Amino acid sequence: MSDVLFVAEHRRGDLRDVSYEGITAGRELADALGGDLHVAVISGSVEAFAESLNTPAVDAIHTVEAGEEFDHDTYAAATEALHAELDPAALLLPNSVNGLDYAPAVADSLGLPYASDAVDVAYDDGLTVTREMYGSKVETTVDVAGDQFVVSIRSGEWPAASGAGEASLEAFEFDADSVDDGARVQGYEEVGSGDVDISEADFLVSIGRGIEEEENLDLIRDLCDATGATLSSSRPIVDNGWLPKNRQVGQSGKQVTPDVYLAIGISGAVQHVAGMKGAETIIAINTDPNAPIFDIADYGIVGDLFDVVPALIEEFE
Amino acid sequence: MKVLVTVKEVAAVEDDFEIDGLSIDDRYLEYDLNEWDDYAVEAAVQIAEAADEDVEVVAATIGPERSEETIRMALAKGADRAVRVWDDAIADQTLLDVNAKASVFEQVVAEEEPDLVLTGVQAADDALGATGVALANRVGYQWAAVVNDLDYAAGDDVATVRRELEGGVEEITEVDLPAVLSIQTGINEPRYASLRGIRQAQQKEIAPHDLSDLGLDAETVDGALELTDMYEPESESDATIFEGGAEETATELANVLRDKGVVGE
Repeated sequence: MSDVLFVAEHRRGDLRDVSYEGITAGRELADALGGDLHVAVISGSVEAFAESLNTPAVDAIHTVEAGEEFDHDTYAAATEALHAELDPAALLLPNSVNGLDYAPAVADSLGLPYASDAVDVAYDDGLTVTREMYGSKVETTVDVAGDQFVVSIRSGEWPAASGAGEASLEAFEFDADSVDDGARVQGYEEVGSGDVDISEADFLVSIGRGIEEEENLDLIRDLCDATGATLSSSRPIVDNGWLPKNRQVGQSGKQVTPDVYLAIGISGAVQHVAGMKGAETIIAINTDPNAPIFDIADYGIVGDLFDVVPALIEEFE
Repeated sequence: MKVLVTVKEVAAVEDDFEIDGLSIDDRYLEYDLNEWDDYAVEAAVQIAEAADEDVEVVAATIGPERSEETIRMALAKGADRAVRVWDDAIADQTLLDVNAKASVFEQVVAEEEPDLVLTGVQAADDALGATGVALANRVGYQWAAVVNDLDYAAGDDVATVRRELEGGVEEITEVDLPAVLSIQTGINEPRYASLRGIRQAQQKEIAPHDLSDLGLDAETVDGALELTDMYEPESESDATIFEGGAEETATELANVLRDKGVVGE
């Protein structure tokens, strides 16, 4: 019982990045445990997925034929069956939106400890997980008791595995028809299309919680007018209904890669950063010198946006 | 019908703070209703308000006596009554794990027998993001995580939800009741409590329970996770920070924008 089982994730025909990152995390943990890394891929074109996942870090790949797309009952049942068969020390799952929809159920059914949203894992006579609390304000280490556990990993924290491997490929017998169908996926919809495509803009001025009131958005609109920038925002602004969904940058919104991204009053939560870290130049204006946005910024002003933005508008008028 | 909403009082941390052992020094914390739960309460109250039949909305929390002030805000916004679970054995945990939370709420569900349970996607403090789905599995309810649209009328056997996947894609799913739905921010516009609501909330019940009231013992909540360290993440910043007043820093920033050639005429 020293192996690691990682369950890959795919959607609408494509493996998601976290699948390759999980292989790296799983390999590290398997080495620390002195065991093998097993990777499972459930539903969809499992054989093609298995070929892509067959990187040097992987010892064995298990394919589970079961429908086309994620549904939590199938994933939970298949993962539990694989766990029973392989009896791994560690079960690693993505802390994605779909991970949130089945990992807690799997851990509960297996009666195992569950540590979610790990940004690092280490094993030395016991598992230690590093995770954030209070919206990334602090990092914590958590010791997990026992010799079997379930851990979900945050995307973007491990490098993606690559290269061609020689893992064994095994089709796992699983009766998908016996799974509960009390939650039925009807389809998917792309949201956030609209008049403006912020992912096409060269210069984005992006506004966050720091704007405080809806009326204050006019100040940022004035800045956009003065500079020719396109207006975007972090999640709270869209949640409040102050801007439409097509303006939202982040994990659940748009991924953007402008030449310049000017983040105003945005703290830089990991979900936001996931959507804009590919910008060529990142500039931040924030009152909090410890805001994580400064970790990825190239230029910064620690100051009140209500002082700095009017001065900046004047520069271009 | 009955809707159970799990709620949590969480602390927001000031920009400057100090860590005292395994927690943030209380002087830098401001307690409030967990943001996600605020949306879950609103979703529950909207179902009740739109219903022809009688819908009872019950808030359930794991929290100390101090949290009653916050829980009363959920009552002021329209929940009918609340159940508050606390115990010395819970207070003793460095990090209350998912199994412990699911075990407590399992007993609350057994007692209340709700048709629908709404939770927040996660709590802003521990960010475990797992209680709702673990609870559903425990009590044999269906579930959906990260719901940002809910089409449900009281008495229906099926809820149609949208799950907010990454990258601007939503999954549309039918979920049979009874069910647990974890609610994402932005699903609705949480109301402010009215003065009348706040007054009425003073008369509403917040029933305290300890573990033995729920037929549980201290071992149930003595979880497998133990917090061993808390620290401020090291800043990885290599940003050029412009110093000075608003005018000076704005001038420097304007020069950068001109250099990059992105400012249109």
